[in-house]
Amino acid sequence: MVEGLYARIAKWTFVYPLLLVSSVVMLFPLAWTFSTSLKTAATVTLREVKLIPDPVQWSNYITIFEESPLILYTQNTMYMVVTSVIGGVVICALAGYAFARIAFPAREVLFYVLLSTMMLPHVVQIIPLFVIFDRMGLVGTFWPLIIPRLLGHNAFYIFLMRQFFRGIPLELSDAARMDGCTELGIWARIIMPNSKPVLAAVGIFSIQFAWNDFLSPLIYLGPKKELWTLALGLNAQKGFEGEITSLHKMMVISVYMIIPMLLVFAFGQKYMIEGVTFSGMKG
Amino acid sequence: MLTGMQRYLHRHRAKWVGFAFILPWILSALWFDLIPFVTNLYLSFTDYSVSTSTPDWLGFENYREILEIDPLFTKSLGNTVYYLVLGVPIRLVVAFAIAVLLNLRIHALGTFRTIFYIPSVVPLVAVSIIFFGMFNARYGIFNQLLILLDLPPVRWLTRPEWIKPAMIIMSTWGFGAQMVIFLAGLQGIPSELYEAAEMDGGSYWHQLFRITIPMVSPVIFFNLIIGIIGGFQVFASAYVLLGPGGGPLNAGLFYVLHIYNNAFSYFRLGYAAALSVVLFLIILFFTVIMVRTSDRWVYYGDT
Repeated sequence: MVEGLYARIAKWTFVYPLLLVSSVVMLFPLAWTFSTSLKTAATVTLREVKLIPDPVQWSNYITIFEESPLILYTQNTMYMVVTSVIGGVVICALAGYAFARIAFPAREVLFYVLLSTMMLPHVVQIIPLFVIFDRMGLVGTFWPLIIPRLLGHNAFYIFLMRQFFRGIPLELSDAARMDGCTELGIWARIIMPNSKPVLAAVGIFSIQFAWNDFLSPLIYLGPKKELWTLALGLNAQKGFEGEITSLHKMMVISVYMIIPMLLVFAFGQKYMIEGVTFSGMKG
Repeated sequence: MLTGMQRYLHRHRAKWVGFAFILPWILSALWFDLIPFVTNLYLSFTDYSVSTSTPDWLGFENYREILEIDPLFTKSLGNTVYYLVLGVPIRLVVAFAIAVLLNLRIHALGTFRTIFYIPSVVPLVAVSIIFFGMFNARYGIFNQLLILLDLPPVRWLTRPEWIKPAMIIMSTWGFGAQMVIFLAGLQGIPSELYEAAEMDGGSYWHQLFRITIPMVSPVIFFNLIIGIIGGFQVFASAYVLLGPGGGPLNAGLFYVLHIYNNAFSYFRLGYAAALSVVLFLIILFFTVIMVRTSDRWVYYGDT
């Protein structure tokens, strides 16, 4: 379609400038974060607008390890991430496969149950779950955070998997079944290798949610500093309004916490956007 | 020799294989959805406090306290509604406007989309810490910029009237996920519709309101519902930005913060459970209203 002159003028005088300005606004907080992370205790409280600090103190990124047990927090966070990914990519994929391809009694009913748990607001589960885990003596351990993930407690992932698996040609699995393949074999040899996009999307979402989770670690790990995740560690670095002299340190930890997510985004952008889009379209 | 059980399992194997695949999910749905939901209802009628004590049955006493006595219930609900009524539409409009601009067959679409999406991948705690720094009244960049423009500085996080606007500004930064969903919806509109409108000489604005918006109204509806349900449950960003008390005069005490404080600061778990049931009913009410009225303004065409 040929673009009219009017449309082209509108684009160059209005659309591009607006998008450029918005882009600058969107990236500004990140630029400011990085810039602040390189300031010194003295320059961080200067009342000035200066995006390139003077002096640039790169050593902030090293000295922070002496002041905050970031390595420990990262390790603890990795427990969350790894269990979350296993639960998402393996356990949810098994359930998704059964809902998509295996006939069993009450499948449709159970699928409606699955969908309705998706609608349940998390807020009604916070207190009873705490009470249950408290009674089991598991508060102050990783278990309340890890068990739900390892059991694949995520209806949305199962739903995503099911929708994707239904699109894989039946002939593929039928042929394998003729050759005496079990359902587990079909899942492992036919379904999983053909489902990279959805596995990538679920994998990325799992990493993100585990990395960012705040409320559950706060409730279950609160007083136990040695079990803290990065999110809790970063929150604890926050001073009070007025005594904000450690702002540059807060920003150093923020950068450390943001970079892995930017890398995940850089490598998985395509799958992530497809996944987000799909969640909006609901198949 | 096969035992009866083994023979039974063998005969019905096909049936049970499916169950085996979903067994972890069934366990998790019982353990983390169904049992908590029922337990929560039960707890809301008790004065459950800590694990060592036996809870007493209170009947509707907790609910009576919420509706008749607790001043922070009204306060926190009001704060949350304020945040929702302004925050959700603002974010929706920004996300939609940017998506519409990106859908104008522009150059560097991918780059722009990435830039607008990046804030959505920044962890929420980091977002709150970053804005905590930027909102700082003395050294924060927002006030430095205001001073540069000869405008009076604002005490973003210490003046009750500025706390919720600060929260809304912060949450608007993360409109990227909604924008991506809108963009996909816009790209799905058949171009014949626009071609037909152009033949009839319809202006751009005419097309926007007569074709674009009706065609993506299901996506608007979805984003609106997700935004409202999420907005009612706002927690981490407010906790990190303002602390559990929600800042001066509880101006940023959102509903889930109020639940959190009752449960984990005052150990009134029964009362907190009742608060959460009330919020559940409020969310349910809004969702049902929206779904019921949706056929009046959401266009579900031949998709």
